[in-house]
Amino acid sequence: MFDNILIWFVVIPIAMMVGLGFCRNSGMKAIRTVMVVCSTVLLALAIWLCCDFLRLREMGVTDEMVHMGSWMWYEPLNIHLAVGVDGISVLMILLSAIIVFAGTFASWKIDPLPKNFFLWYALLSTGVFGFFISIDIFTMFMFYEVALIPMYLLIGVWGTGRKEYSAMKLTLMLMGGSAFLMLGLLGIFWHSAPEGGQLTWNILEIAHNNSIDHNWQYMLFCFTFVGFGVLGAMFPFHTWSPDGHASAPTAVSMLHAGVLMKLGGYGCFRIAIFLLPQAANELAWIFIILTGISIVYGAFSACVQTDLKYINAYSSVSHCGMVLFAILMLNATAMTGAIMQMLSHGLMTALFFALIGMIYGRTHTRDIRQMGGLMKIMPYLGVCYMIAGFASLGLPGLSGFVAEMTIFFGAFQDADVFHRIFVICSTTAIVITAVYILRVVGKLLLGPVQDDHHLSLTDATWFERLATVTLILCIAGIGCFPNWINEAINHSFTPIINALQASVF
Amino acid sequence: MEVIIPILILAFPLFTFLLLGLCGMKMSHKVAGFIGIAMLGTTAVLAYIVACTYFFSGDPAFIFEGVRQQYQVFDVTWLAFTQTLVVKIGFLLDPISALMLVVITTISFMVHLYSWGYMEGEPGFQRYYAFLSLFTFSMLGLVVATNIFQMYIFWELVGVSSYLLIGFFYRLPSAVSASKKAFIVTRFADLGFLIGILLLSYYTDTFNFVELTQNPEIVLGTTGGATYMGASVLTWAMVLIFSGGMGKSAMMPLHIWLPDAMEGPTPVSALIHAATMVVAGVYLVARLFPLYCVVDFSLTFICCVGAITAFYAAMVACAQTDIKRILAFSTISQIAFMMVSIGVAYDKPIEGVHYSGLGYMAGMFHLFTHAMFKALLFLGAGALIHAVHSNEYTAMGGLRKYMPITHWTFLIGCLAIAGIWPFAGFFSKDEMLAAMFQRHWFWGAWMTMVAGLTSFYMFRLYFLVFWGEENPHYKEHKPHDAPWQMSVPLILLAGVSICAGWIHFGEFVTWNGKPYEIHIEAPVAFTSLLVAVVGIALAAIMYMKKNTIPEKFKNAWPALWQAANRRFYWDEIYMFITHKIIFNIICKSIAWFDRHVIDATMDGFAKVTQNVSYRIRGMQSGEVQSYVGWYITGAVVIAAIAWLCFA
Repeated sequence: MFDNILIWFVVIPIAMMVGLGFCRNSGMKAIRTVMVVCSTVLLALAIWLCCDFLRLREMGVTDEMVHMGSWMWYEPLNIHLAVGVDGISVLMILLSAIIVFAGTFASWKIDPLPKNFFLWYALLSTGVFGFFISIDIFTMFMFYEVALIPMYLLIGVWGTGRKEYSAMKLTLMLMGGSAFLMLGLLGIFWHSAPEGGQLTWNILEIAHNNSIDHNWQYMLFCFTFVGFGVLGAMFPFHTWSPDGHASAPTAVSMLHAGVLMKLGGYGCFRIAIFLLPQAANELAWIFIILTGISIVYGAFSACVQTDLKYINAYSSVSHCGMVLFAILMLNATAMTGAIMQMLSHGLMTALFFALIGMIYGRTHTRDIRQMGGLMKIMPYLGVCYMIAGFASLGLPGLSGFVAEMTIFFGAFQDADVFHRIFVICSTTAIVITAVYILRVVGKLLLGPVQDDHHLSLTDATWFERLATVTLILCIAGIGCFPNWINEAINHSFTPIINALQASVF
Repeated sequence: MEVIIPILILAFPLFTFLLLGLCGMKMSHKVAGFIGIAMLGTTAVLAYIVACTYFFSGDPAFIFEGVRQQYQVFDVTWLAFTQTLVVKIGFLLDPISALMLVVITTISFMVHLYSWGYMEGEPGFQRYYAFLSLFTFSMLGLVVATNIFQMYIFWELVGVSSYLLIGFFYRLPSAVSASKKAFIVTRFADLGFLIGILLLSYYTDTFNFVELTQNPEIVLGTTGGATYMGASVLTWAMVLIFSGGMGKSAMMPLHIWLPDAMEGPTPVSALIHAATMVVAGVYLVARLFPLYCVVDFSLTFICCVGAITAFYAAMVACAQTDIKRILAFSTISQIAFMMVSIGVAYDKPIEGVHYSGLGYMAGMFHLFTHAMFKALLFLGAGALIHAVHSNEYTAMGGLRKYMPITHWTFLIGCLAIAGIWPFAGFFSKDEMLAAMFQRHWFWGAWMTMVAGLTSFYMFRLYFLVFWGEENPHYKEHKPHDAPWQMSVPLILLAGVSICAGWIHFGEFVTWNGKPYEIHIEAPVAFTSLLVAVVGIALAAIMYMKKNTIPEKFKNAWPALWQAANRRFYWDEIYMFITHKIIFNIICKSIAWFDRHVIDATMDGFAKVTQNVSYRIRGMQSGEVQSYVGWYITGAVVIAAIAWLCFA
């Protein structure tokens, strides 16, 4: 079992927890050592996995999934711990590892109870990695829940502002989504094999059997898409996002916006679309409307917010809406764009929240009306914030541009009027995004200094620099050389597109 | 051609940007300035080599049987959208891109040198040079683009460099809002550009300029009969793409950002907002000219937009007091001139006209000469501002004695833009007007009038600044000519503005690569010269010596003067739409709706659940009596129902 590399993505976070268990709560040095070592190993492993995957593809291996493994877990219900990755999950694992790494440095001085904080943090990462490596729906769902629950405590204990309310709201809304999801997954399970066959939770087998009745597909598609859509901040189920992000501590915001929201997109894609292709073809329009609204609505809402975290939360609604929107276009180009947007949004929002945390740690306010001219005082953080902003508004050379353009060009492949209208509406987001990003940059960083107390503040420390530089390098890397992502996920769409096309006739 | 030189042309400025951007703060101003100038100087030399090789080497790759060819030096895949729709980054050499290489690197080098004096001692000097390099890189990438998507990429990059440079003095709120405005207005225009590209690429399945423009009929054929709202898809695409050009080139009604962009340092205005970036729209139309020719409507549209803008900007320029804004409106007007000129061009030889595409050639010619003399004028204005520390002409007057070099070079610039023989502007303007008269007398007459206005407002500026009464402040603070770093570019550009008109431009740049001899059309030249002289004479009468004529004019039509001074209220209209309607009505109501309707519904579920559980929790009381009571009641009810159903 342990000869499969994927298992280590779950084992290492667990080892991290065990290691933390031996540390004392005051032993900051030991805690940091454990965290840095483990997250570095995870990052190295993820990079290796990615390179190995690209090498395999180069060699001409066109298997749907690689590094497959399956171990029986609970026989009566045929539940396995089944793992396997394709290009999409490899990229998601890489993204998670990068953000876990950067998040460790961003919460270098977490207070109080650092040990407990990192314990929950490690549990959350276990869930995230477990979700991306699983190809068994049940274990996937289990890891999904494992990733959600720590959120409650992380926000409730280490958060700021109305943290209890926000933690409760976030958890309840996401749990509500999970309830729908559970129904959907159970439904898929009960129809996973033709009459008399062995029922299965394995995604590949279900897709291969293709035995889900049409009428059931419609219902299950709605359940699973809404269930994952809640986590992907789809209108009108997005309201946990602004409050939740605003109250969450820095690293949690980073991980949540950076990775957890991607679970939604990934799930929609891997389960709702892949397993229920017929319903996806016929019901996509409903969700195209909802996600289309998300894109524009989130962007407009972000224009009037005054709290930095609210601005980014609404901006996430808009950007994540773009992910789901692209997935629903049901063609390879748009879906590639969706994956790119997930990566891009993950890195960029993590950077945003890290920077907001750093600025908040200095000025003790997140209200843009009370700050100004910070560029002069902390040029390093100011420049990083500007880069994050440019990535968000889609400047070429940074990741946002590549993702958005791929989405638009992919979405434009459907020539009917309905799609055209929604695509053109969603392109307006590039203008509105520019408006709110430049508004924040103008108020926060430029102009005269608002508060004389800010003049004595210091610029970034070494661990803050390390966290931001990691993220910026990744953003610029994707933005300047995007084509390797294409190569990585090239074959991963083939089964999905085939399933979609087969279901039309 | 060796691939290495074109790569270096792009790599040097990019490297300078990264070097100065990352390590600039550790350098002294001298070192940073020197690196910037030296690197750009090298780039300029390389660009000259490439352009000369292209025009003069006679290599069959560049000129084949007397026709100049389009040559892709390299073209590498950057991102594949689909199997066929692939974004490449490449380097296209053809007459206009070679021309632009020369224009950009020349002006950029002058500006780099000039800034060494102008920006001396400014905090952020290194950052300034880094941004200048970033801009030069982006602009070069834009003009050598092999495909429309590469152009869009660099189009956005020049936008952001312009944003960074306009907002260079970022402590000033006015600079911050000007940079924001410039970015957002051009972004809005780029939205049209993007949708245009989406449409065009969907139907043609290619981004490549050569493929698109070589056989425009085939392109038209592939779009077939696809129409949308009464116009063919190609028409929509071309008009939308042009809207991107309208934004960058500050055509009505998207011109509002350019006057505000004058908040940036003056050399930046010379480089970006006069000579290079703002003509990107003209360049875009020129690049896709064969496609524009296929859809007649779009060329007419370009003409109309250009003609209106040219007149509007010239009117406004007559009533401004800030010298940089006068130059900004003059830039808008001149770019509109080029637009009209390309808009009236024919792609096919027609009866009575011995060559096709005169307007195209003339537009590009004017782009070239205008870049030179407008950069000269802006740099001259920078020298004035440097001397008197104000942008308003009221702080100037009678400066010709104090600043002879600036005076003479500025005068040359004014004569060139007014179109006086033998300065550069005369030749290019004459060709443009000739092309317009060929198309229809209306365009010619209208634009001749604008040319007259041009010479009037330029000489109004000239006389107000260099003649008239001396400002009393000179006694305390005597203005003087600028240091050599600033004077040398002025003199060089003045030299170019004198000579550039004598170049046989028709041999180098034509729409289809076939060279032809250009002539001066005597009647057109005579009229335009006459109009220009009348404009200058009027300006001299009104402004050379202080007198009451301007006041009388102002009092005769106060509303007109006021409107022109306030730029016909375009900014107010935009403010109303963006602030009052979009921000206050749309954004705020959406934010309100989010909190008070959607979120409240979600909270409502929680509240209802909570209330219901409060209500029913009394039932779990622990009192045996009440349990028995409920038990008996329930049993009776069930029995009653059963009896009713089955009996």
